[in-house]
Amino acid sequence: MEHKNWNGFKSGVWQNEINVRDFIQQNYSEYKDDSTFLAKATPRTESMMKKLQSLFTLERQYGGVLDIDTATVSSLTSYAPGYIDKDNEIIVGMQTNRPLKRGVNPFGGMRMARQACEAYGYKLSRKVEEEFRFRTTHNDGVFRAYTDEMRAARKCHVITGLPDAYGRGRIIGDYRRVALYGINKLIEEKKKDKAKLAAETFNTETTRLNEELYQQIAFLGYLKEMAAMYGFDISEPAGNAREAIQWTYFAYLGAIKEQNGAAMSLGRVSTFFDIYIERDLQNGTLTEEGAQELMDDFVMKLRIARHLRTPEYNELFGGDPMWITEAVGGMGEDGRTLVTKNSYRMLNTLYTLGSSPEPNLTILWSTSLPENFKKFCAKVSADTDSIQYENDDIMRPIYGDDYAIACCVSAMKIGKQMQFFGARCNLAKLLLIALNGGYDTTSGMHIGPQMPVLNVEKLDYEEVMERFNTYIEWLSHLYVNTMNIIHYMHDKYAYEKTQMALHDTDVGRFMAFGIAGLSVVADSLSAIKFANVRPIKNSDGFIVDFETKGDFPKYGNDDDRVDFIARDMAHKVITELRKTPTYRQAEHTLSVLTITSNVMYGKNTGATPDGRKASAPFAPGANPMHNREENGALASLNSVAKISYDDCRDGVSNTFSITPEALGRTEEERISNLVTILDGYFSKKAHHINVNVLNRETLMDAYNNPEAYPNLTIRVSGYAVNFNKLSREQQREVISRTFHEAV
Amino acid sequence: MSKQNLKGRVHSFQSLGTLDGPGVRFVTFMQGCNLRCGCCHNPDTWDFNEGTEYTAEEIIRKAVRYKEYFKENGGITVSGGEPLLQADFVRELFEFAHKEKIHTCLDTSGSIMNDSVKALLEETDIVLLDIKYTDESLYEKHVGCRMEKVTEFLSYLEAKKIPTVLRQVIIPSLNDNEENVLKLKALSEEYKCVQKIELLPFRKICQVKYDKIGIEFPFGHLPEPKKELMDSLNALLN
Repeated sequence: MEHKNWNGFKSGVWQNEINVRDFIQQNYSEYKDDSTFLAKATPRTESMMKKLQSLFTLERQYGGVLDIDTATVSSLTSYAPGYIDKDNEIIVGMQTNRPLKRGVNPFGGMRMARQACEAYGYKLSRKVEEEFRFRTTHNDGVFRAYTDEMRAARKCHVITGLPDAYGRGRIIGDYRRVALYGINKLIEEKKKDKAKLAAETFNTETTRLNEELYQQIAFLGYLKEMAAMYGFDISEPAGNAREAIQWTYFAYLGAIKEQNGAAMSLGRVSTFFDIYIERDLQNGTLTEEGAQELMDDFVMKLRIARHLRTPEYNELFGGDPMWITEAVGGMGEDGRTLVTKNSYRMLNTLYTLGSSPEPNLTILWSTSLPENFKKFCAKVSADTDSIQYENDDIMRPIYGDDYAIACCVSAMKIGKQMQFFGARCNLAKLLLIALNGGYDTTSGMHIGPQMPVLNVEKLDYEEVMERFNTYIEWLSHLYVNTMNIIHYMHDKYAYEKTQMALHDTDVGRFMAFGIAGLSVVADSLSAIKFANVRPIKNSDGFIVDFETKGDFPKYGNDDDRVDFIARDMAHKVITELRKTPTYRQAEHTLSVLTITSNVMYGKNTGATPDGRKASAPFAPGANPMHNREENGALASLNSVAKISYDDCRDGVSNTFSITPEALGRTEEERISNLVTILDGYFSKKAHHINVNVLNRETLMDAYNNPEAYPNLTIRVSGYAVNFNKLSREQQREVISRTFHEAV
Repeated sequence: MSKQNLKGRVHSFQSLGTLDGPGVRFVTFMQGCNLRCGCCHNPDTWDFNEGTEYTAEEIIRKAVRYKEYFKENGGITVSGGEPLLQADFVRELFEFAHKEKIHTCLDTSGSIMNDSVKALLEETDIVLLDIKYTDESLYEKHVGCRMEKVTEFLSYLEAKKIPTVLRQVIIPSLNDNEENVLKLKALSEEYKCVQKIELLPFRKICQVKYDKIGIEFPFGHLPEPKKELMDSLNALLN
């Protein structure tokens, strides 16, 4: 197939099938030089950004939510077009009819929609209430099917944060397809797939897929209508860079109008756009300033994307995040780097527009990346604390070279794989439940297999492990079953029509489980194994505290004795999860990631044998517990690197804070040392790292004088937040984390 | 010469050292010091009776875990305390390091010279020589050794052609003047082995360590040098 808008592109199989990867491979130009070519923000960009800044200030003054349209259910075409400054915008499109005005999306659940409105002083309109009176939401469906045990596990917080009342997210549409092929071609292909199904036997699977294809095709049509409202016809392929970005953005916009999923990630668009930008630069229709301006305007749109969420949700996912994750860089399977000039332009938005948590810029790091690019990334980290790194060298062999990251650390092939998100279970709490023979002291509930409280003067490692394993087996089965119900219902009542239309029809699925409290469990088991731990019981005979005497190895010091306990624990959990089959034959995966919920998980967990007090926060993700590291930063990184990515295919998150002084004396030394640290850490097969280069004093000052730090961005756990948007409790926890300092 | 299974007294380890030698380094802080510098930021390394005993092999087993981070110019650094007091042990550690192709760096006051120290220097790839002052009277008053010991040490490094970094902590009212820095520069020019001079600003975050041990921080009453001052002194070196 040929198209006039493809003139100048090298041909390939991408012309005959939907294959964005092939298009990229045939046409992109790798870039290995430094950042000196980059342009600064234009006056237009600066004045637009000023408008946004004042809107952000206003939003803050209104308590975090500027406005809510309580009378309209969010969908692709339900709002009139919105603009920041119509005449000066290069890339257009807004979630509602005004910037930062939030829409309501009750498909996940009415209660959440209602509560979210009420939390900010609004009331969901009668109109919406009426519309949904006789409609089943995802949340309704789940609770019809939940068993008593599932409700109990949820209530006592041994499994928490499940997407049973909100959109599951973590699905990345291949938004680039709209730019490369135009909507008509995508509809045509989906119709072919649907026609092919007609020859099959119609059982549950095929019937469901058949209906889904109907919905996908319908929503591709709505996407076209939505673009038309803004005066664009996206039926055909994009003809230049501006159109490519605009078409892609429309596709993403359609997705976030339709779904308020927890993480609505963007994918991997920078190098794709570079091909169009290079073509325009070469034919003289675009300048470097113009190219940066396009990216700046696009990123501004991403920075004003918002969803309406409840305060309870913010407790889990602090800072009002959308996880508009964009994967940048990486290597190709043929050994060429996928870094292009536009990878630099994307990072450069942190300078042209200032630092920001969104989009969630994620560097796919390989030790083979061009040295210039590595140094630029390290500089951006040191200057902005806004980017994270994930190990391309361990992901590429699994996902190829056209994968992206959903949310924080979840890798998937773009347009070919999706994920059923599953929050996480609280392993530290489970350990306490096990010791108490199926009783949770924080909630006062009996749960799990019932047996006597462990009645010993000193906890014995073997005995504790045997018991703990019994409870892990019990919880794993329950966890998979719970997830099966949730995702059955989500598919049934809140199916992601736009996003799935931008996937292959035959899609690979992951079911992503998670664990919280890994470092607490590792240290607790280490204490039991290497020190003397005496359980302390309350008057009812339940263990509520521990007396730990003697020293024991602590996770975070590169000590195999305890690090292997953590590693083996992750292995045990995923092994147990795999024993229960999943909905739609999804592949079980596991993450060690907590977002900001480590505070809430800690709050709901009693004292632990490692010396952690009841209710004290856990460390985030796979981090060692705060201030237990005695041998410095690299020892801590080495401990985390031991958690196997093969066991934790949904990611192992590590958040690393270091003072500038500890990285070296001069800026040049700091950059070079940070590159060395990243290369070393990822050579050890570690998966992920958030890098913050800052002083604790800065955060303490921001805690006390928030108005002086309106844009302070920090990486927390797989994403970045504006520090001011965290709760006071979350802020205190972030301040208490280990800062690797110069000695 | 080689006494196997020597034990060394170690204060602590720092797996990410970026300030003591080139690149990223695994730093071992030895326990025990013969000097009592008023500006010392590790008073907890003074007492010979503290610390933990390790064999050189145990330490090298720790260090090799960081090989991926060393790249071309990183490696291990032994600091202290005063590593020269346990020269035989440090030499054995450096021998092990060289077997592992790990670069070795010695951070010392240069106040001791004997056969053990000479043997250690045979295994040392770079020396960070902490030359406290350029003035004999300040040396005697605030360090507790003679300056000529240090210049003799430097002459030995010169003879052995061991790359050396001269370091000095800049302390307000004592050596925060141009004259001192120019003297240091002149001194360095006499020795080809000196690769560069590092001026380190006097820092007082170690006050907490003095408080913990319950001794007075001799220079606790002095201020930290301002950044502008450090910049202007550093400019003299270019």
